[in-house]
Amino acid sequence: MATAAKIGIGSAINRVDGVEKVTGSARYAGEHPVENLLYGYIVEAAIAKGRVLSVDEDAARAVPGVVEVITHLNRPHVAWTDHSYQDEMKIPGSPFRPLYDDRIQFSQQPIALVLAETFEAARYAASLIEIAYETEAHNTDFDVALDEKYVPKKKRSGYVPPKDRGDAAQAFADAPLKVAGDYRLAPEHHNPMEMFGSTVEWHGDGSITVWDKTQGSQGVHAYLASVFGFSKKKLRVLNPYVGGAFGSGLRPQHQVFLAVLAAKMLERSVRVTMTRQQMFSHAYRPQAVQSIALGADRTGKLTAIRNAATTSTSRYEDNMENVVTWGLMNYDCPNADAEYTVAQIDTPTSADMRAPGAATGMTLFEIAIDEMAYAAKVDPLEFRLINYSPIDAMNGTPYTSKALREAFREGAEAFKWSERSAEPRSMREGSELIGWGCATGMWDAQFSKTSASAKLTANGHLEVACATSDIGTGSYTVMTLVAADTLGLPPEQITAKLGDSDLPTAPVEGGSWGAASSGAAVQLACQAVGKKLLKAAGKIAGEPLGGAKIEDVLFEDGCIVLKDTPTVRVPFGDAMRAADLTEIEEEATAAPGFGDMWKGLHKSKNTHSAIFAEVRVDEELGVVRVTRIVDAVAAGRIINPKTARSQILGGVVMGIGMALHEETFSDHRLGRWMNHNFGEYHVPVHADIHDIQVIFVDEPDPEVTPLGVKGLGEIGIVGTAAAIANAIYHATGKRVRSLPITIDKILE
Amino acid sequence: MSIAVNSATYAAMPIGRVPTKLTINGETRTRAIEPWTTLLDLLREGEDLIGTKKGCDHGQCGACTVLVDGRRINSCLKLAVTLDGADITTIEGLGQPGKLHPLQSAFCDHDAFQCGYCTPGQICSAQGLINEGKARTREEVRELMSGNLCRCGAYTNIIDAVLDVIGEQV
Repeated sequence: MATAAKIGIGSAINRVDGVEKVTGSARYAGEHPVENLLYGYIVEAAIAKGRVLSVDEDAARAVPGVVEVITHLNRPHVAWTDHSYQDEMKIPGSPFRPLYDDRIQFSQQPIALVLAETFEAARYAASLIEIAYETEAHNTDFDVALDEKYVPKKKRSGYVPPKDRGDAAQAFADAPLKVAGDYRLAPEHHNPMEMFGSTVEWHGDGSITVWDKTQGSQGVHAYLASVFGFSKKKLRVLNPYVGGAFGSGLRPQHQVFLAVLAAKMLERSVRVTMTRQQMFSHAYRPQAVQSIALGADRTGKLTAIRNAATTSTSRYEDNMENVVTWGLMNYDCPNADAEYTVAQIDTPTSADMRAPGAATGMTLFEIAIDEMAYAAKVDPLEFRLINYSPIDAMNGTPYTSKALREAFREGAEAFKWSERSAEPRSMREGSELIGWGCATGMWDAQFSKTSASAKLTANGHLEVACATSDIGTGSYTVMTLVAADTLGLPPEQITAKLGDSDLPTAPVEGGSWGAASSGAAVQLACQAVGKKLLKAAGKIAGEPLGGAKIEDVLFEDGCIVLKDTPTVRVPFGDAMRAADLTEIEEEATAAPGFGDMWKGLHKSKNTHSAIFAEVRVDEELGVVRVTRIVDAVAAGRIINPKTARSQILGGVVMGIGMALHEETFSDHRLGRWMNHNFGEYHVPVHADIHDIQVIFVDEPDPEVTPLGVKGLGEIGIVGTAAAIANAIYHATGKRVRSLPITIDKILE
Repeated sequence: MSIAVNSATYAAMPIGRVPTKLTINGETRTRAIEPWTTLLDLLREGEDLIGTKKGCDHGQCGACTVLVDGRRINSCLKLAVTLDGADITTIEGLGQPGKLHPLQSAFCDHDAFQCGYCTPGQICSAQGLINEGKARTREEVRELMSGNLCRCGAYTNIIDAVLDVIGEQV
């Protein structure tokens, strides 16, 4: 049993990498000091589709300090098969190859890289490069592309095809109450604060070290080895600090390709960092339209769900998301059908962004659910309880756990939902209309095969290591807490290492599987160290533990302790000395199917949330303020309540952005994103964020993952924008079905 | 270290440089600076003071906030040669591991960051705000720190941390 002072799983501790971050000593990818460094500056295509006819680089090369200009015409050899460019998160199609040939597939495509001794010289020279193009007709208008939407033949890994049930068409036709409409989400860009950058150190012996902004050092390692033909041992990729990513760093981005290409060609160290404008030249959350039709009887019981969505992708890859499944899983309704298609536009391939698919599909669905509740004249929260499904209603399988009912109850209580007046436009204060709305959130509880090592030295220091990433998610702290919990050591005696392709194997960090997976691997590795310790203790003269087995002992305050006789304690150091060990190092792999998870194999594994929002809308100006959010989250076991809360806060804030601010506009004549900067692509700022309360609902779940952890990176955003949209309707009586809900939509 | 290497590279460039006297984190030195170099690029590439972050280079995100003569500015919008005689404090000058500034401690205790990239700018901005003496309430701090974006969404924790320190000082 844990003593009161024990710090472990469930302890709210400060981030262990906090001091580095608040003092500015944490180095991000583009900040590693390397001798004799060249700066690369990217030149981008000004057209959306066509070919490069010629590149005039004379003026650029004449700039003092410029060393080289690399284009498709003079680049060194790179791999030529699609297969070689397919990364860990590959999407069916032909991956984009920077500087491969004269073809232009999207506006802002990198077409040249200028290398100079200073950043300023590279930037200036890049502005002098003149490119002649042959243009082809392009289309970036999603509404036009919808005419040619299709179901991709080859499905993306992780795609879940929707399963129909009953006869939704007939049930909808017969329903006494109906809601039907098209719901839309604008394209969004991730815009992490750190721009994509890579520093490549050329060691001179054919080997390189790459500091890259990525969510997976080993994914980038495999990609670079495959594309440039490096032997795996000559290549090391590091990402100890990542300044946010939100999915944009799941796939290798082109700056790492360009930096390595230049280093290889010039045999020098190179740094390439994108500008904020260039951050709009790659990953974005696809634009979406979702046609939702709901039927219900007069008591508010759903009788029909029809859910069809299309999302945008590029011409060269079929990016697919799970958009339409969430509503079918979450609601008890005998008749449901769904279909999902993609439509191509001439942009880079769309990408996973925080809760890909669910942030779109569940959010838009929850706006339609709210409409149905009003149509049935049932309180929106009550409507969700009437149609509550304790099982996964699409697959007919039980959940390992689903404490959504408790989340509704605790969230409603904290929000004081019962004090809500039912009618739209019925609450006001001065010139502001007040509205309260709610929504459900849902995400997958995922788990991925992950390895970790643990090394205990005789001075009582423990190092745990895993190639996972910490993109702000708190992985360093999670690994530390799990290790502290397993071996009974204080966090100060533990070092967590991550973000290095040389460390034990881990997948890219994404999908909310990080804590569950790396946490389980660290626990296994520490348990293995514990077993070795116990064996070592057997060598102590007189055998103080009396040949105890692993189940007879626990690890506490740096000692092996007999469970039955807690006064019998053997310090780790004594055990190691007795066995003549200076260190104990173990590596272990956690994989799905391990331990209690066998029982959960045929169950659905999901996180849920209940979100309540209060908005105040200026009646004359249409300005919306989100003054209060309560997010009650059922996500299994919480490792660190402090950083866990922050994860949810972050998801909610991005959800506020989705509701009110975030939208990338394309100038369809140019085929180019117009608002590619922070001045015009609006993300929430301090002034937009008011009171946010996070509640973690008790949800013990030994089946879902080895630690009972479900993951928290995504769930905070899912449904948040719906709760806000629904609150805006309650405040104003105006139903807006397209996100973001900007002032013009409220006033029109 | 590359600091010297980078400085040497800069110095070797055959381009008109302007002697500029700057005090950076208490150390006064006259540097020969190219007229187009921003304070931000000078700090990051010339001085290896990478705690000052580049998030947009357009004065739109606040990640590059530093204190010049006690006032907070976006260092990406300031050409270094225009600062002759100025006293510049970056995050490294506010506090160091083992000797944290109260704002740095409060940011840790309130988990006022996730990825940490906007954090030095938020902290410098908060110190500037405190120097200005304007911020007293949550509402005021929120409004007056709105030039510092945080994409991880740590806003409520940042305000809690800043108020914690303001409360102590009042």
